[in-house]
Amino acid sequence: MQNRIHQRLQQPEKIVSIYFTAGYPKRDDTLEVIQELVNNGVDMIEVGLPYSDPLADGPTIQQSSTQALKNGMSSQLLFEQLKDLRQITSVPVIVMGYFNAMLQYGVKAFCESCEKCGIDGIIMPDLPIDIYQAEYQSIFEQHQLSFISLITPQTSDERIKQLDEASNSFIYMVSSASTTGSQAGFGQTELDYFKRIHDMRLKNKLIVGFGIKDQTSFDQAAQYTSGCIIGSAYIKHITEHGLRQTKPFIKSLKEQ
Amino acid sequence: MKTPLYKEPNSLGFYGNFGGAFIPEMLYPNVQELNEAYTTILASNDFKKDFNKLLRDYVGRPTPLYFAERLSERYQTKIYLKREDLCHTGAHKINNTVGQILMAKRLGKKRIIAETGAGQHGVATATVCALMGIECVVYMGAVDIKRQAPNVSRMKMLGATVKPATSGSQTLKDATNEAIRDWINNPTDTHYIIGSVVGPHPYPDLVAKLQAVISEEVEQQLFEKEGTKVPDHVIACVGGGSNAAGIYYQFLNNPEVNIIAVEAEGKGILTGESAATTRLGRSGIIHGSKTLLMQNKDGQITEPYSISAGLDYPGIGPMHANLFESKRAEFISVTDEDAMKAGLELSQTEGIIPAIETAHAFAIFKERQFNHDEILVFNCSGRGDKDLQTYTDYFKLID
Ligand SMILES: Cc1ncc(COP(=O)(O)O)c(C=O)c1O
Repeated sequence: MQNRIHQRLQQPEKIVSIYFTAGYPKRDDTLEVIQELVNNGVDMIEVGLPYSDPLADGPTIQQSSTQALKNGMSSQLLFEQLKDLRQITSVPVIVMGYFNAMLQYGVKAFCESCEKCGIDGIIMPDLPIDIYQAEYQSIFEQHQLSFISLITPQTSDERIKQLDEASNSFIYMVSSASTTGSQAGFGQTELDYFKRIHDMRLKNKLIVGFGIKDQTSFDQAAQYTSGCIIGSAYIKHITEHGLRQTKPFIKSLKEQ
Repeated sequence: MKTPLYKEPNSLGFYGNFGGAFIPEMLYPNVQELNEAYTTILASNDFKKDFNKLLRDYVGRPTPLYFAERLSERYQTKIYLKREDLCHTGAHKINNTVGQILMAKRLGKKRIIAETGAGQHGVATATVCALMGIECVVYMGAVDIKRQAPNVSRMKMLGATVKPATSGSQTLKDATNEAIRDWINNPTDTHYIIGSVVGPHPYPDLVAKLQAVISEEVEQQLFEKEGTKVPDHVIACVGGGSNAAGIYYQFLNNPEVNIIAVEAEGKGILTGESAATTRLGRSGIIHGSKTLLMQNKDGQITEPYSISAGLDYPGIGPMHANLFESKRAEFISVTDEDAMKAGLELSQTEGIIPAIETAHAFAIFKERQFNHDEILVFNCSGRGDKDLQTYTDYFKLID
């Protein structure tokens, strides 16, 4: 399998990846946010499918999800909004959501719809690896979709190796034991953790997420990895300034 | 034919099609730690000794099995009440919290978190934390903080911190979300004492085993009173399903015993204000478990409604989903109105004011008839002190 994620990971430049919630701030902003992100040179995009009970998310993403659902977002609507995705960009796009939404849509149908839109990967934090491997891996692969696993500072080496084996693009390193957005900058503990995983020389590349909010935190994390995912900080930014103000936000991360 | 897994899940935590551990990787180490330890701890003599001692001397077990003479006469059948309302703190919930606090100590945990709906589980958790001198944080929906105010005061009196959950419907589901998020943020020093047979494996099995003492006692007590260990029907209300699991447990694999589960219908099945999961739900994932739950076609969880905070939950534990799907148990739903009337009736025929959760179980006489020689055992899961304001307002008892 060779999709846009793999192609981008082969390039040496660090990846700036942005997470946002589909259907937020307005229902039909999804594609427009993507356009803004691409125009400003973002390397990878995670589209969050809003869920009523997002267990792994802190207040910022919870609120954007609640608003998006009020706006009328649904899985079906997301795939309609993304049907022309590949006419505007070739950056890798990943759908991030909770497994129940996928299960109710039908796992096979969900993967088919993703492929039709040109989605490259799926992050489902609450789909455990053993169930993925036993029941869904072949469906994902049939539709050229990377399954992306998360690890945390508490994940054992043995488990990391197992997740590495089952993954085929990058591993999502959660920066510390936390829900999204609940971080106050990185200290020595986080840096040691980034280095420790880097030194394990896994077959997959590493991308760090959770708690990255500015250039300092970005640089700290990117030092040992292929790049970073920024979510809550971006959502806060467009909540306050509007999605048209994406440029200064990305610029502040990218000026090296 | 495979024997159905009524009592215990398989090694992956599944009861038939339901259960498992659908959790974010952030929770994996915590859940795994518990999963590796719980069967060994539960089976150890040292745990059993401490657990049984506290159940006897602190909780006040065994609780009586009481023959309800006037109620039996009214409904022309033999009605027994398992008096969990007489447990210390006023409900069955403490059986579970005593067991889990002993487990948390053996796992070296320094901090306890819990969710609560009616506040009974919150009080039971705050109580055992006070007993053991361990820090306690209880999440409770903002709506429930208002309707179960006496229990909020009790938790505070016991030294616990009560944190309001302000997302969603601000009830039990949302309190559970917040507790899980807390656990993600505090993965090493904290144990999550979940309050029902819900959540990721091994919680449903762990909580069911800690509540099983209820039906173990029933067997013995019924034998003393009726010369048989086997009732015709065991009946309980189901929120998540812990008091039900407790009273069913010993009887699950005995087909002679009919199992009846009573769910909260709220204002009526078709009103959009209900918590009758088996009637309105379908298979999906909630709080890390694959089970029956109320959801829209997109898999977004529906906000439930019941007058009773402890039954105001959009799912049921995976054990019960399996009992429903396999038709091992009979599921009945009763409205707010019928539950409230049944609560008043039990108060005035037997002198026992039940929790509104518990009152739901006693409302089945409106839906179902029994023969005069049949033995019914109800789980009288909790007392109604916490609900006096709701009862008073509902029946306009004070003018
Ligand atoms: C007295 C009583 N009964 C029943 C319940 C419902 O919970 P479960 O279904 O887990 O027994 C509660 C929950 O708060 C309760 O307080």
